[in-house]
Amino acid sequence: MKKEILESSEFKKLLKSKNSVSLILTLLELILYFGFVLLIAYNKEFLSQKFYGPITVGIPIGIGVIILSWVLTGIYILWSNKIYDERVSKIKEKLGGE
Amino acid sequence: MKETVLGEPTLTGIIFFLLFVSATLYITYWAAKRTRTTAEFYAAGRSITGLQNGLALAGDYMSAASFLGIAGLVSLKGYDGLIYAVGWLVGWPIVTFLIAEPLRNLGKYTFADVVAYRLKQRPIRTAAATGALITVLFYLIAQMVGAGSLIKLMFGLPYELAIIIVGCLMIAYVLFGGMLATTWVQIIKACLLLGGATILVFLTLYKFGFNYVALFSEVTTKYGDKIVQPGGLIKNPIDAISLGIALMFGTAGLPHILMRFYTVPDAKEARKSVFYATGFIGYFYILTFTIGFGAAALVGHDIISKIDKGGNMAAPLLAEALGGEIFLGFLAAVAFATILAVVAGLTLAGASAVSHDMYVGVIKRGKADEKQEVKAAKISTLCLGILAIILGIIFKGQNVAFMVGLAFAVAASANFPALFMSIFWKKFTTQGAIWSIYTGLLLSVILIILSPTVWVDILKNAQPIFPLKNPGIVSFFGSFIVGIIVSLATKEKEAEVKFETEKIRSYLGIGAE
Repeated sequence: MKKEILESSEFKKLLKSKNSVSLILTLLELILYFGFVLLIAYNKEFLSQKFYGPITVGIPIGIGVIILSWVLTGIYILWSNKIYDERVSKIKEKLGGE
Repeated sequence: MKETVLGEPTLTGIIFFLLFVSATLYITYWAAKRTRTTAEFYAAGRSITGLQNGLALAGDYMSAASFLGIAGLVSLKGYDGLIYAVGWLVGWPIVTFLIAEPLRNLGKYTFADVVAYRLKQRPIRTAAATGALITVLFYLIAQMVGAGSLIKLMFGLPYELAIIIVGCLMIAYVLFGGMLATTWVQIIKACLLLGGATILVFLTLYKFGFNYVALFSEVTTKYGDKIVQPGGLIKNPIDAISLGIALMFGTAGLPHILMRFYTVPDAKEARKSVFYATGFIGYFYILTFTIGFGAAALVGHDIISKIDKGGNMAAPLLAEALGGEIFLGFLAAVAFATILAVVAGLTLAGASAVSHDMYVGVIKRGKADEKQEVKAAKISTLCLGILAIILGIIFKGQNVAFMVGLAFAVAASANFPALFMSIFWKKFTTQGAIWSIYTGLLLSVILIILSPTVWVDILKNAQPIFPLKNPGIVSFFGSFIVGIIVSLATKEKEAEVKFETEKIRSYLGIGAE
C-alpha cells in the first residue's frame, strides 16, 4: 500500500508543489534580507536620503523587511491551509477507501 | 532630585516580581500533576495549540538581552539598531518554509530524532546531542551572566544572589512542571513583554501626539541626521553576510526552539505556530525600535550612557520617565520574568539532549521504559541547572556577549545543515551527518576564538588570525560541503530506501507521533 501511494501521480504532484513553494519562498526571503544587507553595505547614500520630514528612506525599508518576512510566512500558511491540506486529505481518503 | 530610582529595590518592582513568581510556581504545581510520562515531560503531552505555541516560541526567542539590548542600541546608535533587529527576525520564515512541518512529523522530542530517523542511531545521536548541548551551554552562559548584571542594575541585588535566584526558580519550573510549566511561563512572559512594550510605545507616542514625524524630528534636532542613517554597523559586506547567515540559519537550528514544535498535536498546528511567532517577534522588534528612539528623545544619551555604557537601561529609564516608579517596577519585573523564562526553556532543551539522546538513545540503545527516562530527564535538568548557576558565577564580569553569536553560529553550522540534509537529501549518510556536524561545530568554535571578537577584543592581541567577526559564512558552507562530500563517498543503501518511505510520514503525517 505504501508503494502505491509513493508511486501515485497525486503524491508525486503533492511533493513537487510543496517543495517548489518552500523553495521559492525561501529564495524570496534570502533575496529580501541579503539584498537589504548589501544595500546598506554598498549604498548608504540611498538609504540616508530624506523620505518624509526627518524620516529617511532606510526606515520604511528596514521596517518593510520585517513586515514582508511575516507576509511571506502568511502566504505559505494560506497556501498550506487552502491547497496543501486539501490534497493531503484527498490522498488519505483514497487510502482509507482501499 | 535624583535622576532615577533604577538600581534600588522599589516596592512596586518587588510586588510585581513576587506576583509573577507566585503565579508561575502555582502553574508549576498544577503542571506537576500532569507531568508523568516522557511525552508530558518533554512535549507537554502535545496539548498546546498553535496560538499558544506561537506565544511560547516568541517568549523563547525574545530574551531580556534582545529587549533591553536592541532598545539600548537604537537609543544610542539609531538606525544601526534597526539593522541589527532585522537580522534577528529573518530566520523565522526559514523555519516555516523548511523545518517546522517535517520536524514535527518525523521526530518525537528532539531534533536529533529527525537526523537519526533513517541513519544509524547511536553515532548520530551522540553528534547531534553534542551540537545541541554546546549551543544551549553558550546561550545559557550568556543569558545567566546577562541576568546577573541586569538584575543588579535594576534591583541592586548582588550578582551571585541574582544568579542563584534565577537558577533555583528555573530548576523548579522544569524539574517539577516539565514542558507544560515551561510553556505557560513562556506564554505569560510573552504576554507581559508584548503588553509592557506596547504600553511603553503608546505612552511615548502620546507625548508626540501619535506622530512619528514629531518623534523623529525631536531626535534629529537633538543628535543630528546621523541617527536616522546607517552608520558603522555594516562596514565590510562579507562580515555582515557572515553574521546574517549565522542569525538566519541559527534560528532554524536552536534546540529550544525546535523542541517547541513537538508540543503541538500535528504539523498543521506547528506551521500555524511559526506564523504567529513571526508576527509577534516582528511586532516586538518594531516596538523596540520606537522605544529606542523614544528613550533618545525623552531620556537623552547622557543619562542612558551614564547608567550603563551599552545603553541597556534605555527602556527602563524611558518607562520611569513616562510612567513613574510604578511602571518602572512593572517593566523591571517583566525583564526578570523574561530572563527566567528563557533560561528555563534552554535548560529543558539541554536536559532532553542529555536524557533522550545520550542516555536513552546512546547508552541504553533506545531501550528504557517511561519511568527510567523521566527520571533521567529530571536528573539531567538538575545537573544542568546547577551547572548554569556555577558557570554564571565563574563568568562574572567577563565579556560574554560573543557567546550568543557563537551559539547562533554553532546552531547554523552544526545543527541546521545535518537537519536540513537529512530531511531533503536522499543520499545523505550516517558518516556524512557526523562529519557535517563536527565540522560545523569545530569551525565555528575555533574561528570565533581566532576572530577579532575574541582574539583582539578579549585576548588583547593586536591582529586577528581570522578576519571576520562571526564565522557563519565559513562554518555554515564548510559543514554543508564536508557533509556532501563524505555522503557521496560513503553510500548507504538502507538510508536511501528509508528516504522513500519516510516521505509518507514527512509529507502526509501518517505515522507521526
